[in-house]
Amino acid sequence: MLVASNVMVAPRATLLTLQYPDTLPDMIAGQFAELQVPSAKVLLRRPISIHAINRDKNLIEFLIQIVGEGTESLSALKAGDSINVLLPLGNGFNYRSTHVSRPLLIGGGVGVAPLLFLGQEFAEHGIRPIFLFGGRNESLILRKEEFMKYGDLFMTTEDGSAGEKGFVTNHSLLFESEQFDRIYACGPTPMLKAVARWAKEHETACEVSLEHRMACGIGACLCCVEDTADQGNVCVCKEGPVFTIDRLKWFN
Amino acid sequence: MTASGTFGYGTEYADLMDISRLGAIIVKGTTLNPRQGNPYPRMAETPSGMLNAVGLQNKGVDYFVDHIYPEIKKIQTNIIVNVSGSCIDDYVQTASIINTLDVIPAIELNISCPNVKQGGMAFGVKPESAAQVVSAVRKAYDKTLIVKLSPNVTDITEIARAVEAAGADSVSLINTMLGMAIDAEKRKPILSTITGGMSGPAVKPVALRMVWQTAKAVKIPVIGLGGICSATDAVEFLLAGASAIQIGTANFIDPSISEKVIDGIEAYLQRHGFNSVQEIIGALETN
Repeated sequence: MLVASNVMVAPRATLLTLQYPDTLPDMIAGQFAELQVPSAKVLLRRPISIHAINRDKNLIEFLIQIVGEGTESLSALKAGDSINVLLPLGNGFNYRSTHVSRPLLIGGGVGVAPLLFLGQEFAEHGIRPIFLFGGRNESLILRKEEFMKYGDLFMTTEDGSAGEKGFVTNHSLLFESEQFDRIYACGPTPMLKAVARWAKEHETACEVSLEHRMACGIGACLCCVEDTADQGNVCVCKEGPVFTIDRLKWFN
Repeated sequence: MTASGTFGYGTEYADLMDISRLGAIIVKGTTLNPRQGNPYPRMAETPSGMLNAVGLQNKGVDYFVDHIYPEIKKIQTNIIVNVSGSCIDDYVQTASIINTLDVIPAIELNISCPNVKQGGMAFGVKPESAAQVVSAVRKAYDKTLIVKLSPNVTDITEIARAVEAAGADSVSLINTMLGMAIDAEKRKPILSTITGGMSGPAVKPVALRMVWQTAKAVKIPVIGLGGICSATDAVEFLLAGASAIQIGTANFIDPSISEKVIDGIEAYLQRHGFNSVQEIIGALETN
């Protein structure tokens, strides 16, 4: 695939847009891609969630946080460069066959990435989702304006520089009377566990997208496993990355 | 061939390449009883390589026979089952069950997995125990018996000769090299098992050397593997004396790498005027 553009959207985050050569395949929010890294120093592909798509122009966007050599190398790609990509991989969020009218989309750090695509999908079906994002400070809450196109955005920051001070699970939104019928969350594992616990206590359907170290991305190497209640160790790449919380063994 | 543990059961790759072009698919390590494998994290990327500590996660041989075999028997290439165990009896029982499956022409006996506490590599690091498990399986298994050797030994040719004498039809080498990765910031090991098996291009020179030594030491065919990522890499193993090669870690980087290697070997033969791949096996000129 050809790089359409690659622009830094925060000090350590880049927005990589790829031009798909054809009509886009059917993709579900929460699915991911395995991007081959240009640097010869890096061996394995990098699993990156699909951030947004443009069906008219056949564009796919990836929001990539620069955390190491692989993502650093991806951030250096220039428009016109070519990159090998496997997609779409994994199972996305449940929103097509599941009836949802008041979705709450919770994101932490770069975990907001797949929630823009999910927000797009809801908006296309006439549902305005609520986004609740957390970060250490305001600059780490990425792409706020984009999210606000599709829904209402609430924030928490650890230093109080934006939104309410604290963690997403302390936000007053969760303690108001309005009920959400499904929570979709993506972010650091401690945040996901806190969200899952809240959802369980409040009997709200909840699914989380996990980020495990992967090699193949297609269920062959068995490296990225998560222990599940129904099937034991399963590959996050193939069975996930999205899991409903009742499948996970986080509370026992 | 595609190396065990890197190509699933073949079906995972069916949409990504023409798997019928492969000489064989060596499916994931199979044990007598189901195994959950090791806890996450199981993988660490290292310079030009990776460490894994999967720990032989599989649903056991009975599940394989009932549920996986009916699916993969339709694949138009040789399906070889990698067999592992934690005691001789496990190996023998698993091998004899697989012996009854019509379209499985061979097993690869894994006496070299570094990621399980009992057995596995323990059998493969001493000539006596390697010979013991191979001769026991030989009695129970009458098709082609390949034995996968560990590089974590002082002299791999000793082990190769021992398993040849015990009835192995072929040896494949190398399995992963025991390694370790540390997260300095957290002062913790990256893998849940602390140590794991290293693979990828970083191990290729070691693998090549061991294949070269082993090919001179035994009469049975040697299957070479360890870091092969290109047709040139594959040709190097053939020149060193391997009669066939396996591709492992490279499948994770490029799922259709095997097809490219097959095409590349053909192109190499043509470019150098060879009529058959046989002509380059062990054709290394050392003077």
